[in-house]
Amino acid sequence: MSAWTRILAAILFVLLSPILAGLLAGLDRIISARMQSRIGPPLLQPIYDLLKLFQKERIAVNRSGHFFLLGYLLFTILAGIEFFIGGDLLIVIFALALASVFFVLGAFAAGSPYSHIGAERELIQIMASEPMLIMCAMGFYVATGSFQVTTIHAQPTPLIATLPGIFLGMIYILTIKLRKSPFDLSTSHHAHQEIVKGITTEFAGPYLAIIELAHGYETILLLGFLYLFFAPWPLLALAALIAVYFLEILADNTHARLYWQWVLRTSWAFTAIVGAGNLILLHYLQRGGTP
Amino acid sequence: MSSQATMHLPLFLILFPLLLAGLLALVGGNATARSALAKVGSGTVAIGALALYWTTLHREAQFFAWDAVWLDRAVLTAEIAVALTLLLISLRGRQPLIALLVLAQGALMALAEWGGHAHPHVAAPLFVDSLSVIMALIIGVVGGLIVWHAVGYMPHYHHHEAQTPDRQRGFFASIFLFLGAMFALVFANHLGWLFLAWEVTTLCSYLLIGYSRTPEATRNAFLALRLNLIGGVAFASAILYIARTGGSLALNEVVASGSATALIPAALICFAGLAKAAQMPFSSWLLGAMVAPSPVSALLHSSTMVKAGVYVFVRLAPILQDTLVGLLFALVGATTFFFASCIAISQNNAKRVLAYSTIANLGLIVTCASIGNVQAVWAAILLIIFHAVAKALLFLAVGSAEHSIGSRDIEDMEGLIARRPKTALAILIGIAGMFLAPFGMLVSKWAAIEALMKGHPILPVIVAFGSSATLFFWTKWMGKILSTVKGAPPPHGPVSMEEKNAMFFLGVLTVGLCAIWPFISSTSVKPFLLSQFGAFVEFNRATILIMSIMLALIAALPLSLLYKGDKGLRIATPYLGGANVSERHLFTPSIGLTKPVAIRSYYLTEIFGERRLTRAGFIACLALLAILTVVVST
Repeated sequence: MSAWTRILAAILFVLLSPILAGLLAGLDRIISARMQSRIGPPLLQPIYDLLKLFQKERIAVNRSGHFFLLGYLLFTILAGIEFFIGGDLLIVIFALALASVFFVLGAFAAGSPYSHIGAERELIQIMASEPMLIMCAMGFYVATGSFQVTTIHAQPTPLIATLPGIFLGMIYILTIKLRKSPFDLSTSHHAHQEIVKGITTEFAGPYLAIIELAHGYETILLLGFLYLFFAPWPLLALAALIAVYFLEILADNTHARLYWQWVLRTSWAFTAIVGAGNLILLHYLQRGGTP
Repeated sequence: MSSQATMHLPLFLILFPLLLAGLLALVGGNATARSALAKVGSGTVAIGALALYWTTLHREAQFFAWDAVWLDRAVLTAEIAVALTLLLISLRGRQPLIALLVLAQGALMALAEWGGHAHPHVAAPLFVDSLSVIMALIIGVVGGLIVWHAVGYMPHYHHHEAQTPDRQRGFFASIFLFLGAMFALVFANHLGWLFLAWEVTTLCSYLLIGYSRTPEATRNAFLALRLNLIGGVAFASAILYIARTGGSLALNEVVASGSATALIPAALICFAGLAKAAQMPFSSWLLGAMVAPSPVSALLHSSTMVKAGVYVFVRLAPILQDTLVGLLFALVGATTFFFASCIAISQNNAKRVLAYSTIANLGLIVTCASIGNVQAVWAAILLIIFHAVAKALLFLAVGSAEHSIGSRDIEDMEGLIARRPKTALAILIGIAGMFLAPFGMLVSKWAAIEALMKGHPILPVIVAFGSSATLFFWTKWMGKILSTVKGAPPPHGPVSMEEKNAMFFLGVLTVGLCAIWPFISSTSVKPFLLSQFGAFVEFNRATILIMSIMLALIAALPLSLLYKGDKGLRIATPYLGGANVSERHLFTPSIGLTKPVAIRSYYLTEIFGERRLTRAGFIACLALLAILTVVVST
């Protein structure tokens, strides 16, 4: 990739992600509504919501909240930029982790018991999903010999063929990352299973809008991870992404929230079995191929 | 081989602390003389180490031929003196096992010395290369700052612990003896000398851990002695093995002889390194060591003792590379990293969290060094540097916080940012330095994952799980400090000037290292790697750039806090599930009484309980060591 393509990719990511993520959320709400025998909101509703939130009065419990949320947003965007300009996957993952830490700290700093519980639960979610994210990067490395997105993207055959376990593991933790039931411990879109509003309890108006925006960027970035498994065949990739997202919506609407112990145990076990299993198997297969 | 002139500095760094230790033992009873001597000493070792760094930039290793019968005799005499001291300690404390271990070491060394085979001869007993210079920098600068801090801290300590007898004379003398031994350890090329320094550090850690002479302190001091002496027996066996097989006792020749001949002694020395680096199943001594005053913990955890353990791993990495023995050591390190990181989640005692984090990080260093490829060793050395600085800062800051809030429980640090902003900031910087991008530890962890991918994939898999656990307990702690719920109870006791100085410099170093590590890497780590492996992994420019952008962002973000003239912002009270009353932290729930809010963190003991996981880790590591023993002896 030339320098100009990289800059263009970065700009497109920054500008288009909120719109894409908004449309995706709109579709999500319509499909969810249909599953619940409702009609649902207009497709653009999430974008209207976001714009409206930005115009609301700014009320906060302290003066430092915006600092942490800004960190959350900026580092999520930075992680996305690093990904879409073809950079190092490990850096992407670490920048994303840093962003999440900012978010969690913002909730801690609010000093309210409800946002505190939400923050702790968000940390459990991060801990549950982080190993699989790193293992995804490791899987790409074993398959392609590089952590660079450019190299991984340029593979002639789809990586799904050699990394099916890693792909399954990623789908599993995507449920956590997208805050979908049964893994929506820290905050949920389902009002019936929420402790007040979890990690976002003390954030309202423009502050809540920043969180939604950052979450949108994160969603697009994570879908980018999944895209890499099918990179040589874009149409198949698109179909796969749609199927995966539909599965997430289905799970979201058919499951109640699980205990945190379950979330942590199952995701670590699943990561160890399909993720690490795939890695180790591939390692030995390659060893066998080239002595 | 080289000019003798450059040897003056290393020799000075070894001898000067010893001289100060002697002086302190003589006149350290006087408080003024003691603090003056300690301050001069800490400044001098720091400046000495920096001077050594500047004069050896880009230099190759230099060996110092120094052949004198009296010198060998002097070292032998010192060895016997140390052994006798340890024996005396064991007899006075009624510790038969320790006496037995000392006697075993003595017997092994006597066999090596007078066992009837050709006396192993080392032409150049001392040397300096870029790895020793890096280690000297850590010992001199970080160690020096810790001593500086201790000068201000110890009077407070005795103020708080009124029943503890004031033995600061012996305290500061032991610390300088410790520093001298550490310098000797990293400049020694003669394995016999290295072993002497090794045993002196064991002795000093015993003296410092048992400082308060409470039953608990005495018990833990003996525990440290026992476990480290087990390692010492392995080290002595290595020396005997080399003497018996007619090999050379020069470290550089041992490394150069490769894994075909030197694997057994290397494995024995690394085993001793496991004990010193507090790897499972030896980890308990480091947890017990926290009964000592905070500067001692800082010293043991960051710049001395445990770093001696991983130093020998890095030295012997070329021998361990691509061997089953190396892989097994790497697995011990990775297992320790995973279990210690998980256990830290369940701990609410700040010093215990720090101790488990040290054990974990040393595990990561052991893993990298044992894999032994260029990039892994690079990661190991950078981990040693970054960990030393951030961990020293954390221990000193927690020690100071403990004095002002009267507790080392993390739950009691709630809202520390409002009560003690500077100490809180020091802790926050230290924690960020331990696990967040773009700070140092993360840079090296990232390099470690890349390097380990070239070994067996099970290693980075274990590391991936362990790092996720570290993210949990560090963030939780940061959150506690930032969480301002109650009206702040007034802190008591001022923080001394020396404590402030030390924390300030270590804080600046923690942040500054993120900016200058590429420089340190190319001036000091590169020459070492080139000499050992003939190769060096150049760092990706783009990566350094993105890391710099992150650093700049992190530095710029707090500026947004300065913006106070925000008219449109309305400050509200947090939601408490009832009616808020006048105070921010009080509320009226449905029953109608006014209640205060209490927030406690998650410790997840059901999954990450200390006893269960410690047992699991010990069993796993013991099994690995058993396999290791079989592999080595066949």
